[in-house]
Amino acid sequence: MLRVRTAALSKALARRYSTFPAPHALVFLEHRDGELDSASLSALTAASRLGGKVTGLLAGAPDQVPGVVDKAKKIKGLDTVLHSVSSQYSTPLPEIVAPLLEKVLSSGSPFTHVVSAHSSSAKSILPRVAAKLDVPAVSDITSVEHDISTNSTTFSRPIYAGNAISTVRASSSISIKFFTVRSTAFPAAVPGEAEAETEVLDPVEVSDPPSNHISTSLSKSDRPDLGVASRVVSGGRALKNAETFQATLYPLADALGAAVGASRAAVDAGYADNSLQVGQTGKVVAPELYMALGISGAIQHLAGMKDSKLIVAINKDPDAPIFQVADVGLVADLFEVVPEMVEKLK
Amino acid sequence: MRPSAVRLLNILVPVKRAVDYAVKIRVNPEQTGIDLNVKHSMNPFDEIAVEEAVRIRERLKDAVKSIKVVTIGPPKSSETLRTALAMGADSAIHVEIPESAPSPEPLGVAKALKAIIERQSEGVDVVIMGKQAIDDDAGQTGQMLAGLMGWAQATFASKVDVDAAQKVAHVTREIDGGLEELRCRLPLVVTTDLRLNEPRYASLPNIMKAKKKPLEKLTPADLGIDFTPRLETIKVTEPPKRVGGGKVENVDQLLAKLKEAGITARRA
Repeated sequence: MLRVRTAALSKALARRYSTFPAPHALVFLEHRDGELDSASLSALTAASRLGGKVTGLLAGAPDQVPGVVDKAKKIKGLDTVLHSVSSQYSTPLPEIVAPLLEKVLSSGSPFTHVVSAHSSSAKSILPRVAAKLDVPAVSDITSVEHDISTNSTTFSRPIYAGNAISTVRASSSISIKFFTVRSTAFPAAVPGEAEAETEVLDPVEVSDPPSNHISTSLSKSDRPDLGVASRVVSGGRALKNAETFQATLYPLADALGAAVGASRAAVDAGYADNSLQVGQTGKVVAPELYMALGISGAIQHLAGMKDSKLIVAINKDPDAPIFQVADVGLVADLFEVVPEMVEKLK
Repeated sequence: MRPSAVRLLNILVPVKRAVDYAVKIRVNPEQTGIDLNVKHSMNPFDEIAVEEAVRIRERLKDAVKSIKVVTIGPPKSSETLRTALAMGADSAIHVEIPESAPSPEPLGVAKALKAIIERQSEGVDVVIMGKQAIDDDAGQTGQMLAGLMGWAQATFASKVDVDAAQKVAHVTREIDGGLEELRCRLPLVVTTDLRLNEPRYASLPNIMKAKKKPLEKLTPADLGIDFTPRLETIKVTEPPKRVGGGKVENVDQLLAKLKEAGITARRA
């Protein structure tokens, strides 16, 4: 009798399981100069955690895409790579890329989730598309879990500059779940054995787009990229001016093979380019080593680096808040100490 | 050839009342949210937006017909609107929600702003708003509004140049790794980044003048909007605590600690 009831129960459960589709994530893969962005590969890892199929979407100019597709199809975790080519996609403006995404996600599409890095480009695109599809989006997630029995996805994400963590759930009532991924929270997906299928997508040409790209100026550097470097040497307002900032920090960064970062105060004062700003509204980094030199440690700066593995702080002020999070602190004049460090590291 | 009439610009600036940036955030014991019995002020990025609207008027003079500010929030949010009026906005709209209501989500706010724009008989040419609110750090509302309206968008603006006669704006944006310049047709949604400007403090005479500026009150029902959140907040917790380590006394000790952690000299 008990066995019959159990059989009936598991049949009922099986029926319920089969009413919800397995997740199928669409990952927006960004690329530059023929290489996939590491942050997109972290987004891919997050998408894989949903536990279903993963399709990548690559859009770009005719000379950019083929090479990147070749690399993308070898990345572990991708089942299919959709790619679309148009001269319009050479700079992926939201007004131009959104129609492509809308077409891919139009009714009948298999996708249950849309994922990207929390990059300046992708986070300008995804919410625009989500709104047109009348669904909410979840920004800058640090964890993700999908429950297939309820078709709901639960995320955690930082709020209030990372001073609190919010756990939010998108239930099955949300037909397509959009989210952007904090790249420091997920390792970048790596090449594997299998090769994904690739499929060409016709571009959606936008006649007379309302926005036109005029120019892009990227700060050139031979240094490791701040967003992915395993070591960061970061300077604050104490560095006096741009020349002193460079003259003091760059040798130390060179000796350690580190990227260079800056506090908001240093960027505002013109000591460093805005692309070097670490903080709540700048870059969030989580390297093996973060050295904060002449940085007081305001909440908004900590939001951008407190997940670093080892934090070292050098500051003249023994009461600087940075010492509350630093693993190793040195109260000293950085202009004496840093050159000494550079010497002894040689 | 008939010259086109000089189009006067109507600027809309959505602002949000949020926990002040300097407040020490505490998660409540029930883990449902943070302690909100603290100082609130206008979201800093929205202050920058109000300031930019006022500066656009200072540059373009009579070409700017109106600067309207709007907020969706509890009764106390009127204070935030008065601050914006004191900074130089002409009139305000307060979509009032109960004190106990959860904070509206970006999609709900975007829909409400769309409804408000559609109610403006003279239209809206530029929406300038903060790139993110420092409470939820979502950073979506501007993009969502632009999508709903089918408008151009320019996020993370560090420079905005509006040409009223040509009905375009040149916007410089902060992007990963540097800057990007766009030419956008109006109507346009701009979201502000930190370095766009430094907001002025409202002078006392302007604060007094602001009391007489029009403030329209609306309900969500007036706009046909339901602000019920679609995402469910399960809990709010403290982040893993980072405890400071000790201090060392000199460079040698510092380098020894680095070595312990496996960090030695290395070329990039």
